[in-house]
Amino acid sequence: MGSGGTEVEKFSLRKAYAEALLELGRRRKNVVVLDADLALSTQTARFGKAFPGRFFDMGIAEADMIDTAVGLALTGKLVFVSTFAMFAVGKPWEQIRNSAAYSGVHLNIVATHSGISVGEDGSSHQCIEDMALVRIIPDTTVIAPADDIATHELITMLADYEGLTYTRLTRPNLPRVYKEGERFEIGKVKVLSKGKDVTIVATGSMVWSSLQAAQMLDADGISAGVIDAFTVKPLDEKPVLAAAKKTSLVVTAEEHTTTGGLGEAVAALLSENHPTRLLRIGVADRFGESGTCSELLDAFGLTPAGIYDKIKKALKK
Amino acid sequence: MKRFDFPKDGPPQKLIDTLVKKSKEIRRQILVMLSAANSGHTGGSLSATDILTALYYHVMSHKPDEPHWPERDRFVLSKGHAAPALYAILADCGYFGKEHLKTLRRFGSLLQGHPCFCTPGVEVCTGSLGHGLSLANGMALGNRIDEKTSEIYVLLGDGECQEGQVWEAAMSAGHYKLGNLTAIVDKNGLQIDGTTKDVMDIDPIDDKFRAFGWQVLVIDGHDFRQLLSAFRFAVQERCCPTAIIANTVKGKGVSFMENNLEFHGRAPTEEELKWALAELK
Repeated sequence: MGSGGTEVEKFSLRKAYAEALLELGRRRKNVVVLDADLALSTQTARFGKAFPGRFFDMGIAEADMIDTAVGLALTGKLVFVSTFAMFAVGKPWEQIRNSAAYSGVHLNIVATHSGISVGEDGSSHQCIEDMALVRIIPDTTVIAPADDIATHELITMLADYEGLTYTRLTRPNLPRVYKEGERFEIGKVKVLSKGKDVTIVATGSMVWSSLQAAQMLDADGISAGVIDAFTVKPLDEKPVLAAAKKTSLVVTAEEHTTTGGLGEAVAALLSENHPTRLLRIGVADRFGESGTCSELLDAFGLTPAGIYDKIKKALKK
Repeated sequence: MKRFDFPKDGPPQKLIDTLVKKSKEIRRQILVMLSAANSGHTGGSLSATDILTALYYHVMSHKPDEPHWPERDRFVLSKGHAAPALYAILADCGYFGKEHLKTLRRFGSLLQGHPCFCTPGVEVCTGSLGHGLSLANGMALGNRIDEKTSEIYVLLGDGECQEGQVWEAAMSAGHYKLGNLTAIVDKNGLQIDGTTKDVMDIDPIDDKFRAFGWQVLVIDGHDFRQLLSAFRFAVQERCCPTAIIANTVKGKGVSFMENNLEFHGRAPTEEELKWALAELK
């Protein structure tokens, strides 16, 4: 974690996804799941084992998979599609745009292995553009859960949602931000703490790290609040603006390029409504590379210490 | 199945005569619409007209007053630029009022330049080539899960078959043995930059489908006897998906439009419309 603390227990988002799918599959006969030859990694294979008639491995053909999913949705199926983020959005972007979103069907794309924490596989497998790619398409929803509890709850809620939804999960397990039983509402953020000096708006894997960074800042007498933007689109504007009005610096933190994702969504919101100094923490216009997950997060400053350092530096300016 | 209950030597002459008459009417309508819109794809709409006429006026089970009837056969126009042909037929069947036809491609119209969900009777948005077969596969899988007996039809262009996704979809339809799926290729041999042979030869297209586990029929796409017999075969032989390679003529029915590349993506002028309608009397 980079802050030198004792090892925290971490939990799998993929496992939480698979379990939520199994529960949905048991409750609703119309749940259908598709994967593109990564079902063991994404853990959708567990759904396939339990409901073989409602699981289709589409092979290594993501464009075909997305459009097949749209066809299934048009026959009344509640469809979840999974593969790694790079292949879930990057390859079939036009299928997502023209067939899924434009047709207005309810289709849920749940990608695992987002961001640089994918690690050793290197940049070809480290998708840092996925949220931007989906966010720019009209009528889409972008979700990045902070832990396994949020993943389970949000996936379950997607069953009664509508339109094209994109949920990004991480490969590594993450420490828990929430306790069992926490409730979420898609389209909202969660204000985890209120700050007087700094507001950190974080998403996905960066929520826990931001909470740690806020504690470190607190020890220095700097009051930083943390907002979990588990829905990146549509962005829940009111609480973000309210927090910005009370702090002189707003920080965004995401395991994603600083272009087109949460950072730019918050930048647009602030500059149009309440111009506030903004620091975007993420991957700044560069590719990832091979390494262990913690080496990469350290190198990119996407750790509690990295976030703390960047905020301290910004406050000195 | 009653609609295919005709003798082995083919459908009765009376039925053929009705369809020939109907397709002429639809061609006239297509040209009037395109001329009013002053843009759109004439050649590919006319090459697909007989295929669509056979489907909507005889082969498919559908209810224009109940577009979402769950037991319906579904049709996906993967070569979405032939939208005028589909719109003319949907209006004639009663999915929406014929007064909409003259609004084709206009701002605020029910009839978008390429098929859109917003038009009653249109199953899914298409237009960007290569998507339709995958979409149809999904519908076929959905119907299979629900144990429905209805059929999914999808119309592809031959130029469209240059899209890699078509072959991803051909592979998955074969793999999942989608016997409730029929794909028709409107093989008119022309695309924007020239003949398919010159631009990017996709032949032998029938062998390609066979290699992916399909049963394939090669027919004259303007001969209703052959069309109806092919569709009957597809519905009766459900071991695997069926591809009907329909050899067609781009611009079919109007002498100066036939095999004329110029009419791929342009509408007839008022003068040309007059001549064309005279030929289609």
